[in-house]
Amino acid sequence: MSATPVIELHKVEKWYGHYHALRDVNLTINRGEKVVVCGPSGSGKSTMIRCINRLEAHQAGRIIVNGAELTDDVKAVEAVRRQVGMVFQNFNLFPHLTILQNLTLAPIWVKGAPKAEIEEVAMMHLRRVRIPEQAHKYPGQLSGGQQQRVAIARALCMRPDILLFDEPTSALDPEMVKEVLDVMSELADEGITMICVTHEMGFARQVADTMVFMAEGSVIEVGPPSQFFENPQSERTRQFLGQILQH
Amino acid sequence: MSKQPPSPQLFASAAAFEEEPSQAAIPAAFGRNSWKSLGWAKKNLFNTRLNTVLTLACLYFLWRTIPPMVEWALVNATWLGTPDECRAATGACWAIIVEKHRLIFFGTYPYEQQWRPFAACLLFVAMLAASGYRPFWRPWLAAAWVATLTAMGVLMWGGVFGLTLVENDKWGGLPITLMLSVFSIVLAFPLAILLALGRQSDLPAVKALCVGFIELMRGVPLVSVLFMASVMFPLFMPDGVVVDKLLRALAGLTLFTAAYLAEAVRGGLQAVPKGQYEAADALCLTYWQKMGLIILPQALRMVIPPIVNQFISCFKDTSLVTIVGLYDLLTAATVATTDPEWRPFFGEVYVFAGLLFWGFCYSMSRYSQWLEVALNRHNRR
Ligand SMILES: Nc1ncnc2c1ncn2[C@@H]1O[C@H](COP(=O)(O)OP(=O)(O)OP(=O)(O)O)[C@@H](O)[C@H]1O
Ligand SMILES: [Mg+2]
Repeated sequence: MSATPVIELHKVEKWYGHYHALRDVNLTINRGEKVVVCGPSGSGKSTMIRCINRLEAHQAGRIIVNGAELTDDVKAVEAVRRQVGMVFQNFNLFPHLTILQNLTLAPIWVKGAPKAEIEEVAMMHLRRVRIPEQAHKYPGQLSGGQQQRVAIARALCMRPDILLFDEPTSALDPEMVKEVLDVMSELADEGITMICVTHEMGFARQVADTMVFMAEGSVIEVGPPSQFFENPQSERTRQFLGQILQH
Repeated sequence: MSKQPPSPQLFASAAAFEEEPSQAAIPAAFGRNSWKSLGWAKKNLFNTRLNTVLTLACLYFLWRTIPPMVEWALVNATWLGTPDECRAATGACWAIIVEKHRLIFFGTYPYEQQWRPFAACLLFVAMLAASGYRPFWRPWLAAAWVATLTAMGVLMWGGVFGLTLVENDKWGGLPITLMLSVFSIVLAFPLAILLALGRQSDLPAVKALCVGFIELMRGVPLVSVLFMASVMFPLFMPDGVVVDKLLRALAGLTLFTAAYLAEAVRGGLQAVPKGQYEAADALCLTYWQKMGLIILPQALRMVIPPIVNQFISCFKDTSLVTIVGLYDLLTAATVATTDPEWRPFFGEVYVFAGLLFWGFCYSMSRYSQWLEVALNRHNRR
């Protein structure tokens, strides 16, 4: 059971116009696995995880999420997006809605959840990310760290099987990074499948089952954190770790 | 003399002088503030030689224009009376308004029945005012509007409840202006949203259609659109199908306004950050949910000023329907000036009509400012 693949990327290629953003990306992620993706800026990390919920379309290869293959078929895309939550670098909360409305909007409209019921669920998630008292404020009234925790709660309200994080802490002031990482670590302990692009190597070491290193649109190295940090196989990885761990 | 560029200071003082006389002049009238405002005037109006000259020039200009204007409009005006009395007086002849107000407001609507358009207008304006009040934005408001429009129809047309039938070619004046403008705005708004969305569409056919329509309408003067709607449109209709003249003008005005509004809405759509679209997509909202719940609520709030601009210009544009033979407020006013006895006092009639237009447009403008603040409250900490 523990080795059921939920996400499979098979020879995925992606171009932005003439720019080759993903080159022959192969990756299999199992249920419950925590994957941390790192790599230099512009290496295609965001592009890859955005392909997983089809915010970007790939042009060749196959992406299969929970048994559904992502194609132009709207139904398949919908099926995948229902199971995949995403947390963005810039939170992307809806500024014209209260925190509670941000959390309940999609469950109500997409899943037809009864309002009272989903509001209770939403409050439960807000307590989990430790900001239930902010439920009736607007996103603009919250700090960055609080907003990002709301964004995590918003994704959770859709009861996703898989959570994607695209640099969730890199837009935050240093003192707020920890509160978000703590929430993410707790989530990781609960067995949800997570793919996280981040440069927080402490977090990666502590949480990741698998490290993925990307450069120039290719996956260069995949391995458990122990091997990845202590004994990286590729010269490119060693260079990158050397730079990032110095600071 | 300092060598600083004088222009910002200069504009600031000139603008302050022209736009906010209340701040400058009124406090001076009260003893306690007078020293403060003297200090203010010294700092802002007389700080450089050039500013002093400009200030004095403005003061001279105002002194030469305002008192004669007040004398003409108020002091020496004739408020009630005959044309002869008006001729004898040196001031404005407001008596013509008193004499002709029924014609200006209601045009050729049968004289003894004019309480009906009056009541319809009152009802309409009252409902408009009520609709501006946010706590009333509930489903029952729609029901209230259906009832109001029915009542207005009954009042204007009659033919039931013992009211005599008045065909709509007899309608005129304020009801025409109000109905044309409000209906074309209300109909143009959703159309504009569809056009703006269509213009961003991934479907080439939809996009081309919307772009084509918008560019066509924006490239043609409203007068030609109205002509086309009233003269050419019937030619394309199958025999026997007659579309009412008022409706045709309304359609022309609506399409024209929609094209301009669509561009304002598009501006708003483009100003919504890409992340909002992505977050909505990631939450699996459908296209219409994404637009209706996330994007448009934000986009429209951002473009309230240009939208209201279009509303105001649509309201004023209704006065062009006179060229297709409709009897709007301004046309009625013009007709009121054709009475040979009162002929010399046409100026007063146009001043009055202008004031009416201004009153409606200014209310819209004030309302939009209030609405903008109310709707953007969430942006404030
Ligand atoms: N919409 C786009 N159009 C064109 N090029 C793009 C687009 N999005 C990304 N790219 C390019 O694709 C490459 C990979 O981008 P991507 O955002 O995936 O990098 P990243 O690894 O996430 O980098 P970072 O760490 O800076 O976020 C970059 O060179 C970028 O310029
Ligand atoms: Mg990125």
